[in-house]
Amino acid sequence: MALNQFLLLSLFLFCTGVYGALVRRSGVLVLMSIELMLNAANLNLVAFSAFYKGELSGQVFALFVIAIAAAEVGVGLAIVLLLYRNLSSADLDRADSMKG
Amino acid sequence: MAHWAFLIPLVPAVSYFVILLFGKRFGERCSYIGIAALSAAWVMAAINVYQWIDRREIVRESIEWFEWGGGSIRVGTHVDGLATMMLFVVTSVSLLVHVYSLEYLRGDRRYTHYYAALSLFSASMLMLVIADNTLALLTSWELVGLCSFMLISHWWEDKDNSNAGLKAFITNRVGDVGLIVGIIILYFVAGKTFDIDTINSAALSGSIRHGTLLIAAVCLLAAVCSKSGQVPLHIWLPDAMAGPTPVSALIHAATMVVAGVYMVARLYGVFFAGLSIDEGGMNLLALVGGVTMVIGASMAFVQNDIKRVLAYSTISQLGYMVAALGVGAWTGGVFHLFTHAFFKACLFLGAGSLSHACHHTFDMREMGGLRKKMPTTFLTFTIGTLALAGVPPLAGFWSKDEILNGARANDFPIIMVLGFVAAIMTAAYMGRALYLIFFGQYRGHAHPHESPKVMMIPVSILAGLAVVVGLLNAPFADYRFGQWVKFEVEVENRYGAAGEVAAAAEAEGEHAAEGEVVAEAEGEHAAEAEHVIVHSITEIKELAPGEVVLFEPEEHEFNIGVAGSSVAIGLVGLLIATWIYLLRKAPKNLLLVNPFRALYTLLLQKYYLDKLAVDGIAKGTAGPVADGSYWVNQKIIDGAVNGVGVTTKKYLAPFAYEQLDQFVVDGLYNGLGETTKGLGSAFRKLQNGRIQRYGLWLFFAVAILGLVVALLA
Repeated sequence: MALNQFLLLSLFLFCTGVYGALVRRSGVLVLMSIELMLNAANLNLVAFSAFYKGELSGQVFALFVIAIAAAEVGVGLAIVLLLYRNLSSADLDRADSMKG
Repeated sequence: MAHWAFLIPLVPAVSYFVILLFGKRFGERCSYIGIAALSAAWVMAAINVYQWIDRREIVRESIEWFEWGGGSIRVGTHVDGLATMMLFVVTSVSLLVHVYSLEYLRGDRRYTHYYAALSLFSASMLMLVIADNTLALLTSWELVGLCSFMLISHWWEDKDNSNAGLKAFITNRVGDVGLIVGIIILYFVAGKTFDIDTINSAALSGSIRHGTLLIAAVCLLAAVCSKSGQVPLHIWLPDAMAGPTPVSALIHAATMVVAGVYMVARLYGVFFAGLSIDEGGMNLLALVGGVTMVIGASMAFVQNDIKRVLAYSTISQLGYMVAALGVGAWTGGVFHLFTHAFFKACLFLGAGSLSHACHHTFDMREMGGLRKKMPTTFLTFTIGTLALAGVPPLAGFWSKDEILNGARANDFPIIMVLGFVAAIMTAAYMGRALYLIFFGQYRGHAHPHESPKVMMIPVSILAGLAVVVGLLNAPFADYRFGQWVKFEVEVENRYGAAGEVAAAAEAEGEHAAEGEVVAEAEGEHAAEAEHVIVHSITEIKELAPGEVVLFEPEEHEFNIGVAGSSVAIGLVGLLIATWIYLLRKAPKNLLLVNPFRALYTLLLQKYYLDKLAVDGIAKGTAGPVADGSYWVNQKIIDGAVNGVGVTTKKYLAPFAYEQLDQFVVDGLYNGLGETTKGLGSAFRKLQNGRIQRYGLWLFFAVAILGLVVALLA
């Protein structure tokens, strides 16, 4: 199989993730979009790893990313939960107390 | 126990921190923490002695201390006969001193500090004696020096006491430089190792050039001189008596000051090969020891302070130990260290008891006739005196005899003569002290009384030990001290092919570490293999190249002639003292006659060695340096500052205010403020607090960056 198809899929996933992360208002959906971006990167890693045969570091790295992403989701969800508690909504636009 | 030897120093170390951290809360009860810790350490040391006598198997344990690109340094414990003996001596004397101090230091203003320092001292000293490498040895060496400094100036409100502490500290620093340099030299020449066994083995095997070894040995000897009070660096030890008496007993008589002797005994291979001890005649180590024992003993005659008499006596006895090692009588030197610790601690604690009774004075002119009033002190002090004077069968006789016999058998006639001279002087000055204190009429103004039991029991125990420990090495005993405590190291003959083998050894440096592990594992097999035992470098040279043997310094049979003469000489010394100080038969104005007068002044001035060090070296450098600095400060620095000030005021200031400050500086700051304000309002729009807007900028910037990188590639 050619490498390009995977890269295109990965690009699509990544752009979707960026779009979601930038325009969605709900914190949960932003988190999900971030996951999409991470998985796009994972896909890239695995694709290159398969393309260069015998080179396993890409796969190992992907495993690392998955593990870290799991931890990151845990932290992210906790933040969203706290936002919801304090503002009674998960709308990110309302979390603007850092405004100068 | 030997495998867990690190626990022995660890327990007092823990006690130190506990006392330090909770001293305020515990108050006077903190002394019991120290006593409990030392009791635990003593029990462990005693078990270790038992096991050593039972098995006599050298135990080494080590862990990696730190590691870097070029190699690693291991640290660990090395328990052999010498370490076992030292552990027992240190814990015993320290425990007794802890108990004794309960009463002696009662109500002291820094009671907790005192006990904390005692604990730290015990821990460091115990660490010193089981260290298996020179770096750990150096560390604990410095630690005991620190504790000594802390305890000498324990009553630092008195300027004399803090000066004494400083003198001890600074004099020791001179020797410590030698120690550091020696250790560094040995590190490089012994194949980049701090391991003591390896260094000894390398020194004896001939793989190190003799000149290098000589320099290393002389450097280490400087450290011995300072720590163990050898001429010319002995000047701090009499002043160190400013500390509390139990401290003098523990640190400045029984344990710390023998650290130098211990170090020579531990690194004996270096000294033996470096100073060519087996060739007889004379060498630097024996010379230093020989001179010290006579000079120390002679100065003890003119002192009126009982503690100073004992201090000079300690110097003299340390001279015996160093001379013993110098003449190759290893066992004799170490055995003297062992016996001396007990009887000298006994004497010091006895002196403390005397001062406790007589209004805190140590002046013998204010004592006298105390025999009836303080019977226990009298008895123990007499035992200590006789042991020190070398009267059989007390401890000092056996060890001193062994040293003199070693000097005779190993062909060091000068040292033997000096030893006999010092022996007669020792007996005489101790007799003088004994008669001045306990006989005649009481000359003070206090009401002397016997000290309480808590002080007298430790003294009695030490006196008892002073009677019996000498018998451990008596010629008729079944088991002898010399069989339990001996210096032995495996040596491979590398003479002849020195250059080539040394190069090979360097190449093998990395394998050596692995080799050690194997050797440890095969320790038992090696012991079974029974190497040939040799006693001198000549014998090692005669071996086939590469042959491995066991090196031990030679031990000599008991010699009735030497023993008899040393007893006779000791008795003569005592008789002289009796004649002068008890019977008062000597001409009254003897000291006014010129040769005696001059000698007396010379001794009173301590051979002018103190004057040389303090006035000549310390003040000699301090004075001109201070004057010079003062001149530079007054004339040059002050002049420069004043000149600059005047010039500025006259010419520079008006110009600076009108032109620079008003126009340039103010303008600059105003401009800066305005610019910042403008930039701030421009950038404020970016800081809108909307996290997703930030994200947009981020992605935008990364996209541009990616584009640039892609285009450039």
